[in-house]
Amino acid sequence: MRKTSESPLPRIIIEGVQKTYTLRHSNSFKESFVARLRRKRTSTSFTALNDVTLTVHEGEAIALIGYNGSGKSTLLKLVSGVLRPDAGRVRTRGRVAGLIEVGAGFHPDLSGRENVYLNAAILGMAKEEIDARFDEIVAFSEIGEFIDTEVKHYSSGMFVRLAFAVAIHTELDILLVDEVLAVGDAPFREKCNAKIRELVSAGKTLFIVTHDLGMVSEICNRGIVLRQGELIFDGAMPEAIAALKGSR
Amino acid sequence: MDVSAFAVPGAGRGILDVVKYRYLLRLLIRKGIITRYHGSVLGWVWSYVKPAAQFAVFYVVMGLFLNLTKGIESYPIYLFSGIVVVNLFNEAFGNATRSIVSNKALVKKIYLPRELFPIADVFIALVHFLPQLSILLVVCLFVGWVPTPLGLLGALLAVFIVAVLATGLGLLFGAINVAYRDAQNVVELILLFATWTSPVLYSWTMVRDQAPTWLFDIYMANPLTSAVELFHTAFWFPTTSETAERPESLWLFTLIGLVIAVLCLIAGQLVFRRLEGRFAQDL
Repeated sequence: MRKTSESPLPRIIIEGVQKTYTLRHSNSFKESFVARLRRKRTSTSFTALNDVTLTVHEGEAIALIGYNGSGKSTLLKLVSGVLRPDAGRVRTRGRVAGLIEVGAGFHPDLSGRENVYLNAAILGMAKEEIDARFDEIVAFSEIGEFIDTEVKHYSSGMFVRLAFAVAIHTELDILLVDEVLAVGDAPFREKCNAKIRELVSAGKTLFIVTHDLGMVSEICNRGIVLRQGELIFDGAMPEAIAALKGSR
Repeated sequence: MDVSAFAVPGAGRGILDVVKYRYLLRLLIRKGIITRYHGSVLGWVWSYVKPAAQFAVFYVVMGLFLNLTKGIESYPIYLFSGIVVVNLFNEAFGNATRSIVSNKALVKKIYLPRELFPIADVFIALVHFLPQLSILLVVCLFVGWVPTPLGLLGALLAVFIVAVLATGLGLLFGAINVAYRDAQNVVELILLFATWTSPVLYSWTMVRDQAPTWLFDIYMANPLTSAVELFHTAFWFPTTSETAERPESLWLFTLIGLVIAVLCLIAGQLVFRRLEGRFAQDL
């Protein structure tokens, strides 16, 4: 094993990645069968990502920007492992945590406390880690005494704050964020941004998908622009925003 | 570059990973148990009411109308010890089949070994099996049942076979169900057959006397048949005068049933892994 101190290993490697969605038009055996008999196409395909290559190093805060349908979320899902690439390869080093639509694992009939444990475990935390961080999570979420109330009685703001607090407190090396920062009121959003900046300065790698250009230009130090599945720009943030605006 | 430090996102080791995620598995099981009867007044009482109603119907129709109470000694215990086994299978297999689709939100957003969901459902079914089992034990003790170590071992083995079989089939049909919702209808058919293709309501001797040998052998090789018979051996047989005919090579058929269940598990896991890559986009 060769160790190079001047260039440490990257955190994320994305090499020639391609992702094509096959949209199946039928949802039952019968429909597929009939369509096949009539020689109708049972599916159409759509290329979401085409030959995307990039490397992300430790401590980088990357904004992935692009208009709707440019493949941003697909790329994020490939890094998180929810989807698999059709060609090319994706490799990650260290613990990946996704702030992807926080609250996906929340169950309305369970209390806030039970949901914290359940979701932290879904994000890969062990019981001891959750025990150790539980008070911190509750304090960050500002839920207070409602922590033992069923989540279905929460206001949408409380719900999101708790979900976000869980996700942000997981032990991680790479943080994937998808459009969640637009939640909560202004003071809470500021608190989240501060927390994310803290993670970046602690050397964590950040990968954000967003339309909120103002926020990412504050936090991120590298911008990647996608257009219809192709990577069209990779560089400093101000230029990335210019490239995005010019890409329409 | 040293690639050994890198991981391929989304590439797990299937059910082997469940061991690593056992804390999450525990929480998922807890969630399933807590939320199961949420919002119902009777709550867990339903876990007793349903098998009781089923028992009553079968007892009246099969036992009294079709006269099986005459042919099979202590028929109520015979019937109930079979029903609980088949109920365990139906519950575990049925829920496991729907588990990926019902956990859609998570499967689409976050990567975790998706095998966790069907496996958690099998464990939840095992928990719901306990009230039924306890009724069976109480009734048996009441009529003077003396457990035998071999019988109890057989019962444990039966539960194990049913759980493995349900997990395997649940993985298989659960994975297919993501793209083709027909799978859950096929499963409902299988579940309907499960009650009747094992000696729950009638005696195995009726099959032996009517069916050709090869068909009878297939019948006996059904893992559910051996599981039900193991329960009969453990709970029903000791409460009778022990004159009823027992299947000859029951242990051999148990072994065959176990092997079939394990093969189902392997096949289920292989198909599941093949289809898993498409889950997030097909849901």
